[in-house]
Amino acid sequence: EFIRKLWEGLLVQSKPPLTSHFPFPAQIPPDLVDKLERLALVDFRTKQGLECLEKAIRFADQLHVVDTTGIEPMDSVLEDRALYLREDTAVDGGCAEELLKLSRKTVEEYFVVPPGNIPLPKKEERSSMLKHSEL
Amino acid sequence: MAASRVTANEIFLNIKQIPTRYPKALCLFRQISTSRPHYDQQPEPKSKSASQPLVGVVGLEIHAQINSNTKLFSGSPVRFSAPPNSLVSFFDASLPGTLPMLNRRCVEAAVMTGLALNCTINKKSYFDRKHYFYADLPAGYQITQQRRPIAVDGVLTYSYFGGKKRSQMIRKSVQIKQIQLEQDSGKSLHDDDRSQTLIDLNRAGVGLMELVMEPDMKSGEEAAAAVRELQLILQALGTCQGNMSEGQLRVDANVSVHRPGEPLGIRTEVKNINSIRYLARAIDYEILRQIDAVQSGRAVQNETRAYDSKSGETVPMREKEGLQDYRFMPEPNLPALIVYEDNASLPTGIDPSQAVVVQKIKDRLPELPGVKRDRLVQTYGILPEHSFTLVNEDGLMEYFETLMKTTQREPRKVIGWVTNELLGHLKQRDMSVSQSPISPAHLAELLKLQETGRISSSAAKQVFQEMWRSGGKTAWQIVQEQELGLVHDSAQLHSICQKVVDSHPDEVHAVRNGNKKVLNKLIGLVQKETKGRADPVLVKEILQQMTQ
Repeated sequence: EFIRKLWEGLLVQSKPPLTSHFPFPAQIPPDLVDKLERLALVDFRTKQGLECLEKAIRFADQLHVVDTTGIEPMDSVLEDRALYLREDTAVDGGCAEELLKLSRKTVEEYFVVPPGNIPLPKKEERSSMLKHSEL
Repeated sequence: MAASRVTANEIFLNIKQIPTRYPKALCLFRQISTSRPHYDQQPEPKSKSASQPLVGVVGLEIHAQINSNTKLFSGSPVRFSAPPNSLVSFFDASLPGTLPMLNRRCVEAAVMTGLALNCTINKKSYFDRKHYFYADLPAGYQITQQRRPIAVDGVLTYSYFGGKKRSQMIRKSVQIKQIQLEQDSGKSLHDDDRSQTLIDLNRAGVGLMELVMEPDMKSGEEAAAAVRELQLILQALGTCQGNMSEGQLRVDANVSVHRPGEPLGIRTEVKNINSIRYLARAIDYEILRQIDAVQSGRAVQNETRAYDSKSGETVPMREKEGLQDYRFMPEPNLPALIVYEDNASLPTGIDPSQAVVVQKIKDRLPELPGVKRDRLVQTYGILPEHSFTLVNEDGLMEYFETLMKTTQREPRKVIGWVTNELLGHLKQRDMSVSQSPISPAHLAELLKLQETGRISSSAAKQVFQEMWRSGGKTAWQIVQEQELGLVHDSAQLHSICQKVVDSHPDEVHAVRNGNKKVLNKLIGLVQKETKGRADPVLVKEILQQMTQ
């Protein structure tokens, strides 16, 4: 139902809606870029990266143009599919050797990892580290 | 000082109205209510004009490990002790291309628990991803139910012994905000020497029921009683074994302090609590710590603290990297979870193994602790306080019921022996009912001796002690060995009574003048002579005759 309305909304106008119709300009403050990079562990603060993000936000903003009152949001393409329920019988596990082979470092059947999360470099250090940063 | 205190109160009352008219001043109000440096040099006296004392506010977040054969989304076995990483499937290790497969038993367990706690079961509930990075969470997210959990709006009623002498049974209830299904994480073992951490994913993916309770509780005692009741319920249902020391039931406490009627204070989260006893202690410590901070003008920080059982204190945990943003999103690999009200509402042609029917689960609910207690009161005519104790102690109810089968005595006469003598001895030595050296059969024999007048009540208690110490000797054996049998020989008793009466003329005079209480003193003296072996009824009769 929602997809149909969106599709209709897009078809009615032969070109994409004017950006003036959108509620907010797609300006991303540097603090937010920093936060997103920390959360996703992806750096994108190049000119290209920021442009890409802005375009993506702009694309998603089209949703605001569509009237969605009274319509349930669709959060899964699986929609009305039935959720399969599995029997409570053990059929998995017992492959420790195989799994441990995938790890660079193991100790007596344990995976070895650094102690706690490796802290990200501080903000100031981050800016200087990322040479192509536009911020 | 008193005058300025009154002024402070006036300001207080005026400031309370500000938030509705000037929302921005709310923060200012908060600061004032938690830090009053000038007026709090001394501890709060209980004066009528001063504001009420600070009280604790406690909310619990409980993670109960679902008692199932396999994990929530994979067919790996669930077991407490096993070689590291031997209970891990490709999905649990988050290898690419693997997908979650929901375990029906876990859904049924959550529905059963929700029903037992008077929740509304959501016919449609959703799964979400909660993202954060940690080595024991291989996928980088946990599948949980943030938007719409499987059960909401429940109530847990519990009781505890409170009041001045801790003899009054107080009934309370706490609102259950929701119950949600979610995955457990793996275990990390920190090896500080080599600056590394070892990861065991056996626990990763095990089904959990997270129970969120409203902050309705005020103290460690209330929280402990609530958790104990929850433990009993979960164990009765079989949905969780509830063993806190094995991590099957994990409790985190959210604690803050405030004055009643005022906004809630800053809260801290207390973790690392491994038993119900520690739960009460940790919460009480934290409440006192916060009250002390507030009264000294210091602000309470919103932080996570760990309970240190050795020192009995809560200490700040490792720094978290600022406020977490979990980036919740719907779990794209799982459609909505649908449960059906009854057989009538099942879609036609559905495979029964694919349908969870709430009514069927309701019909299968076992006897809950509350019902058990009521049944004991009904069947045996004992007090609610007694049945509470019976159900609260593992095995005590069974002990009592076995005892009742072999004795002819009235339940009300027997219950004291079980809840006071037996339980008292067990508690002193930190023993469980199953370890009791006195079996129900032996105790029944002792009670018979007392009932048939072979021994007095005080002698019976002595025999009990001796039975406990000797571990196996019967009551009759001990009575004979220690010559504790009651003396019924009236001639003998007569002469002893005469002796006492003759040597205490003042007391006899007092009794003759109407002071009946002094008679008890005379009885006591006779008992002393007979080393407690005189038949008390006979003694009283004889003495009453003699003092007329």
